[in-house]
Amino acid sequence: MTQHLDSIDSAITVDSIDSAITVDSIDRAIIVATQDGLPLVARPYDAVAEQVGISAVEVRARMRAMVEAGSIRRIGVVPNHYALGYGWNGMSVWDVADDDVMAAGAAMTALGFISHCYQRPRLPPHWPYNLFAMVHARDHGAAQVLVERIALALGGMNRGHRVLYSTRILKKTGLRLTG
Amino acid sequence: MDAIDRRLLDDYQHDLPLSSDPFNEIGEHLGISADEVIARLHHLRQGGAVSRVGAVVKPGTAGASTLAAMAVPPVWLERVAALVSGYAEVNHNYQREHRLNLWFVVAAVNREAVGMVLDDISRRTGLEVLDLPMQQDFHIDLGFGLQWT
Repeated sequence: MTQHLDSIDSAITVDSIDSAITVDSIDRAIIVATQDGLPLVARPYDAVAEQVGISAVEVRARMRAMVEAGSIRRIGVVPNHYALGYGWNGMSVWDVADDDVMAAGAAMTALGFISHCYQRPRLPPHWPYNLFAMVHARDHGAAQVLVERIALALGGMNRGHRVLYSTRILKKTGLRLTG
Repeated sequence: MDAIDRRLLDDYQHDLPLSSDPFNEIGEHLGISADEVIARLHHLRQGGAVSRVGAVVKPGTAGASTLAAMAVPPVWLERVAALVSGYAEVNHNYQREHRLNLWFVVAAVNREAVGMVLDDISRRTGLEVLDLPMQQDFHIDLGFGLQWT
């Protein structure tokens, strides 16, 4: 299921995990070949084509089709928030009633400063929170301000929240699939 | 980082041209050569400001993933963190301020393979591994706005 929440903001999309689009083996090979990024050469899609064993025209056509289908969200420069000084990586977690999840997720995303907002299962008694939103800020105070803005946007839908700051990055690589 | 670097970071998070020579097209917009675009992107990547130039794939498209959490006794944290980071399937691993102090993402070819990694970590450490797969994903299709202040 993919829905565009037009009533709130046409730019917001919600994808259920069940909606995962299955891609064929050639599309998958293209994703694997580009997961560390496109090669920074004059004709990058030629290099991908050579690795996958199809023409560059087909690589581009398939990537365009994946963009249109939504399996590729975007193709472009992926900034590194840490190196840019957005070093306060706060994982804000929220307990929202199941019936409010769609509205709450949309309200959070509409704020514009959240890079990811995911619904995940609660695992009582260990874990009561079901909405996760990453907050990137330059320092602790700025991160807190953003969290307050989320709380304000959720209003009565928020039954409890907290922020888990990262004290250390132990490993960080991009999405990595083994071919 | 100068104004052109900032434009590369701000204006090209989406819609990298799907043409045979995309960096040439970008160069034309910015008034520099394709070679300079490539050199600047190399430099930004080496300096760490750019993690990569490429596709951002919707979760679940070409494999399965989950967010896992563990409550690791502090004296064991170093060893457990190193053990977890040692898996090729683990691509993010963070220490966080909480009783659940180790959070990591496991990505593999399918749900079964993800489950096998979680089970293996649990068996090797003797600790419970919480499995918090994404159920719904809310996102804005506009990338992340950077404040250049």
